[in-house]
Amino acid sequence: MYDFKYHKVSSLDQAIELLSSCTDPKIIAGGHTLIPTLKQRLSRPSDIIDITAIEGMRSIQTKDNKIIIGSLATHNHISQSSEVASLIPGLSYLASNIGDPQVRHKGTLGGSVANADPAADYPAAIIALNATINTIDSKYQSDDFFLDMFTTSLSPNDIIQNIEFNIPIASTYRKFKNPSSGYAMAGVFIAKFNDSIRVAVTGAASHAFRLTDLEEALDKNLSLDVLNNFEIDSSDFNDDIHASAKYRGNLIRVLLEEAINDISIT
Amino acid sequence: MLEVNININGKKYSKKVEDNILLVDFIREKIGLTGTHVGCDTSQCGACVVDIEGDTVKSCTILASQVDGKAVNTIEGLANNGELHPIQKAFQSNHALQCGFCTPGLVMSSVDLLKKNKNPSEDEIREWFEGHICRCTGYKNIIKAVQQAIDSK
Repeated sequence: MYDFKYHKVSSLDQAIELLSSCTDPKIIAGGHTLIPTLKQRLSRPSDIIDITAIEGMRSIQTKDNKIIIGSLATHNHISQSSEVASLIPGLSYLASNIGDPQVRHKGTLGGSVANADPAADYPAAIIALNATINTIDSKYQSDDFFLDMFTTSLSPNDIIQNIEFNIPIASTYRKFKNPSSGYAMAGVFIAKFNDSIRVAVTGAASHAFRLTDLEEALDKNLSLDVLNNFEIDSSDFNDDIHASAKYRGNLIRVLLEEAINDISIT
Repeated sequence: MLEVNININGKKYSKKVEDNILLVDFIREKIGLTGTHVGCDTSQCGACVVDIEGDTVKSCTILASQVDGKAVNTIEGLANNGELHPIQKAFQSNHALQCGFCTPGLVMSSVDLLKKNKNPSEDEIREWFEGHICRCTGYKNIIKAVQQAIDSK
């Protein structure tokens, strides 16, 4: 690890001040992506700003048919929340399957979302649940947030404060884990709302995305039949040592079958 | 350099350290408690697992400065006046180790599991150990040890 200066802040104001005054600062929350990145010398920030001592950013609240989760909530907080389990079971299951118990004790929602790993799980839930990402400077709708591999709309000096997840009628997440890392080789989140169905895929391409054609077909007919006429275009999918693009396309089809089954019986 | 205060196994330590020192290096090199091991150094093997305020964490993937002001328990903190912790005893009597390198992390993790789930099923024990790698035992006796520790409670 290269040298850096470590700061622990107790307010967002302090964090913003440091973000604008330091040469090349990085925010740390759980650090479970950042620290491995630093160890491999893939990143060389001048300053590390620890925001975990800021009060009021790890709560989980239900309001106006939404669950609002603070960015510092850990995967463990989310998976252990009875509110999340009863209102958005797909999100609860997703959080309970990230990494391993020790990783879930430290890794945070905000950290994972800001990092935008193409194989991270949350982006699928955020897009399928049409979540709103509230930051200090702005508010982002899920469809406009994930732009590319490790790239979001978030400006460099901004911080995610919380994420508002719409409560659906039914939700499910299905993932095929890489057996070594546990990251999604493909993951499918389906959320059913009163007036629509949203389907999002993670792990397959440079960033999570919606399957809008499939959503329309499922809106008309929520059954496995729609998959018969649905082609998955794998031309832009990741093709690496873990899986070919075509294999990822097939994984998505299998996961969609499971997820549509889950949604049809709830 | 910054000053870090960490309570380890009930004893307060205050050390001036580099900003980028990992918790596991703080514990091993600055304090001299070498029971916490570094296996993979990539948060996968779990040999470095310690307890921070009630939750197990991989100490190779957290900075000592992030733990400033907090209480940490390591494998050295489990025995009570020379009397092994029931899980340590269960590991011993079930031969739940061969080379023993991964054992400190697995024991710390088992203690955390049984604190949170008094009667885990075999599947739950195996799932809980997702973040541990043992290259000797094949895990069978480790699972047996945890089951025996449940029964002996």
